[in-house]
Amino acid sequence: MQHHVDARGKQCPIPVVETKKVLAIMNTGDSVVVSVDNPIAVQNLLKMASQKHLAAQTETLAPDHYHVILALTEDSLSATQAQSETLCIPDARQNTVVVLSSDEMGSGDSVLGKALMKAFVYALTEQDQLLSTILLYNGGAKLSIEGAATLADLQLLESQGVEVLTCGTCLNHYGIADQLAVGSVTNMYAIAEKLMQAGKVVRP
Amino acid sequence: MEKQPIVFCKGGGCTAKLGPGALAHVLEKLPPFQDPNLLIGFDHSDDAAVYKLTDDIAMVQTLDFFPPMVEDPYLFGQIAAANALSDIYAMGGTVKTALNIVCFPKQMDLNILGQILQGGAEKVREAGGILAGGHSIADTDVKYGLSVTGIIDPKKVLANNACQPGDYLLLTKPLGVGIVCTASRVGEASQEALDAAIQSMTTLNKYACEALAPFAPHACTDVTGFGLLGHLNEMLNDKHGAILHWNALPHIPQAAAYADEFLLTAAAQRNRNHLNDKVSFTDTPFAMEEILFDPQTSGGLLVSIAPEHAQNALAAVQALGLPCGIIGQVTTEHPGIIQVMP
Repeated sequence: MQHHVDARGKQCPIPVVETKKVLAIMNTGDSVVVSVDNPIAVQNLLKMASQKHLAAQTETLAPDHYHVILALTEDSLSATQAQSETLCIPDARQNTVVVLSSDEMGSGDSVLGKALMKAFVYALTEQDQLLSTILLYNGGAKLSIEGAATLADLQLLESQGVEVLTCGTCLNHYGIADQLAVGSVTNMYAIAEKLMQAGKVVRP
Repeated sequence: MEKQPIVFCKGGGCTAKLGPGALAHVLEKLPPFQDPNLLIGFDHSDDAAVYKLTDDIAMVQTLDFFPPMVEDPYLFGQIAAANALSDIYAMGGTVKTALNIVCFPKQMDLNILGQILQGGAEKVREAGGILAGGHSIADTDVKYGLSVTGIIDPKKVLANNACQPGDYLLLTKPLGVGIVCTASRVGEASQEALDAAIQSMTTLNKYACEALAPFAPHACTDVTGFGLLGHLNEMLNDKHGAILHWNALPHIPQAAAYADEFLLTAAAQRNRNHLNDKVSFTDTPFAMEEILFDPQTSGGLLVSIAPEHAQNALAAVQALGLPCGIIGQVTTEHPGIIQVMP
């Protein structure tokens, strides 16, 4: 069943506190739609979702009305239970890092390039072997913002445990830092470290 | 229309600050003032101004006020005053005069205001200063603080950004008071945790400042609304890097448990957003990340000190009785980036 929490007009941490009360009585397959009135409350809810391995989606209805939809799936339950076990077995993802350094795939026609990139990110969600991290920099930073055609698929990947990291300098350069809608912001130090430690780097 | 009850404490203290990003945007558009006697102003992102009057005396000016973060008006007065006075100590100065800044609802019991002002006055007296007046405004919410003037030898001003590579970083109070006050507001903090937070917030930084003076710190700042990482970032000034060891951070133990329950402020998330490309975390638990971003009310001094003095300086601060510690080191590598690791 779907639960609802209207936490508009309430300061952090009240939206999270009220959502936690609902999560405590939810069964597998249930979801909760939380209404909040500011993007910071959205981020605090997503932070909790990520720690608790909940599937999360966000919707912007108006500049002062956001929905955060959190779902308790089989995956989130098993992720919580298996957390200690997975540390002991070799990571099946072999630490694959996907680098998206442009909002287009290949060079030639720009419209085609954007369509290919959308298709590529969708195809990532369909792979049997999950990747560990997606790094978005330069033009790639435009893929993880509100309204991007690739946003829903990146959010799906994130909900499956893929780390989605967008370069902060790049977001600032394009003036879109406040529109980041999936994953978190990163810096060159972390980007270099992710690439150095990667088992495999994929650049479409 | 139904009359709204007046709520004294809605989540205040330094969690009520405007976000660092929003503020920088506005401040950078102000025309700069030029005066050779202004030793420290806006351009240092310091909270206080230092103006040289003679070769031996400079005036230190600061102000700070905010809404209540605890339910007890007398303790709130003490905390707000200790917080405002702290900026003088972060410069290495001596407190001289203070003026009250008051916002108070017309309908609220004036005895509450009396208790706030009494708490504040006691802290000004403890600081060795004189409370000389103030200004009051009728407002929908309670806010209180002080405008403080102190003096300092212009040759001994402690800038907040003059740290040197190799310096040890020393923190004089425990972190996590923002998280504990937030947990308390939703009824989930233990009395023990709240007591630890109040003891820390009501303690004047005067004592740590005096204890550290003999060790000639290179740089000093007080940790307030931008959290430890925000104020350390200002100290590094994009010129130096820093390594922090999260397991060396003095903190209120319950704050980590409350962070794991997501009792987090909007201000902490704004701090995180502001600093995301300035900080890299390695094997750091979620709760310790949150404690590092947690806005502190009347937080401790963060001091950058030469390695040979660090242990003796730590011993001098430990003798004051609050949890404190050497938490990391200033580096020449990765300028502007704070690396957090075990």
